[in-house]
Amino acid sequence: MKGLFGPVMVIVWKDLLLELRSRELVVSIIVFGLLVVVVFNFALNNTPGRSEELAPGILWAAFAFAAILAMNRAFVRDQEQGGLEGLLISPVSRDAIFLGKALTSLIFMLLVEAALLPIYAVMLDFSALSFGLMLTIFLGTLGFAVVGTLFSAIAVQTRSREIMLPVLFFPVLLPVIIAAVEASTRAVGGETFVGMGRWLPLIAVFDALFLVICPWVFAFVVEE
Amino acid sequence: MATTQSMERTGSLGRFPSVKTSLALVTGVMMLVDLYLIFMVAPTDAVLGHVQRVFYFHVPVAIMSFLGFFIVFIGSLMYLMKRTPKWDAIANASAEVGVIFVTLALITGIIWAKPVWNTWWTWEPRLTTTMILWLIYVAYLMVRSYAPSQSKGAIYAAVVGIVGFVDVPIVYYSVVWWRSIHPSPVVGPFAQSDALDSTMAWILLYSFITFLFFFAYMVMERMELRRTEEALAHVRFTLRRRER
Repeated sequence: MKGLFGPVMVIVWKDLLLELRSRELVVSIIVFGLLVVVVFNFALNNTPGRSEELAPGILWAAFAFAAILAMNRAFVRDQEQGGLEGLLISPVSRDAIFLGKALTSLIFMLLVEAALLPIYAVMLDFSALSFGLMLTIFLGTLGFAVVGTLFSAIAVQTRSREIMLPVLFFPVLLPVIIAAVEASTRAVGGETFVGMGRWLPLIAVFDALFLVICPWVFAFVVEE
Repeated sequence: MATTQSMERTGSLGRFPSVKTSLALVTGVMMLVDLYLIFMVAPTDAVLGHVQRVFYFHVPVAIMSFLGFFIVFIGSLMYLMKRTPKWDAIANASAEVGVIFVTLALITGIIWAKPVWNTWWTWEPRLTTTMILWLIYVAYLMVRSYAPSQSKGAIYAAVVGIVGFVDVPIVYYSVVWWRSIHPSPVVGPFAQSDALDSTMAWILLYSFITFLFFFAYMVMERMELRRTEEALAHVRFTLRRRER
């Protein structure tokens, strides 16, 4: 485990540094997240009375689209400059590369969500100060990051990669989206963990399962 | 006639085409008998009327597509482990035939749903899961054809074949917990014993066997087509080299 931790942190630091210097990803996704709320507000004819029932759906639709944007870029920088080959040649296990990339995407998305959540809470009029909601967002985003990193590594090498990623991502992530919306609805409605039912365990099982499978198949995806 | 031609075409591949051709003949005859059984022999359902006959087509086609995706999963796993092109050919053929079968299952399901449930579509667990299956395996075929090379495409497709198949039960349970109105299964381990008349049950069983043969024939045909494609690509490659 110690041999894994070091390289993972180096990869995460590299990508965070690139983002700090260029600032092209996080800020633009936050702006996009605001646009999604404006569009959904009118598409669903959101009125103050219905806000609490609509807000979790809008929240997760926005997070899922934002995740697609973030994941689309996850390997592009490496691909364009030939950095991925450098990573693959370096004496680092494929698991470390995968986990580093997934952790970077998780951090980016959590930053975006942390910025968007208070704004959403104001605009959609719901209470975001719920530990259940925070945990749902963390577990749901972890699922997005793990499966998204695998599919991003595939999509970046195909033709029409911007379309390939959502086509792969959404069908597989559907259980997480369903469970996250259900769990968030209950959390926003003031339920405790017991009241949130089996939705949180469902996301946790999904995350655990794909944390095992994805690093394993990732090694096949990036091999030469 | 057709047999001798395909024997010549595939050359040394031996008796495989003859197995395929005889399977095609058997399937064709069984399919005709099946049509006769469905429209002339099967009793008309007391409640649902003639529309219930689509069921002899719908259920076998749906089950065969699930079988197809299971074969994709096994083929993908074996291909990643062993790297023999044969496993990739099996997975690819099963995925293509499976997508066609699942499309047919969705269309026949919609035909059945309108008169029976008074709606073309409902977001019910089995319908939703079938829809998601369709999306996952269409993505499987897209990833294969958009990949930079054929060998890369085989690996990407195998990854999608594994991840997608593992995901299916989770999709199913998440939608079951979300909502359910589908009629309880009439065949299989959860069936109520009096849900199907015995004639209906026999005809359904016969339809299953017919569509199993049909599925096997389609997969074999697709695998042979791929061999022909590869042979053609090889011939083209050699010719191009000679021209230079």
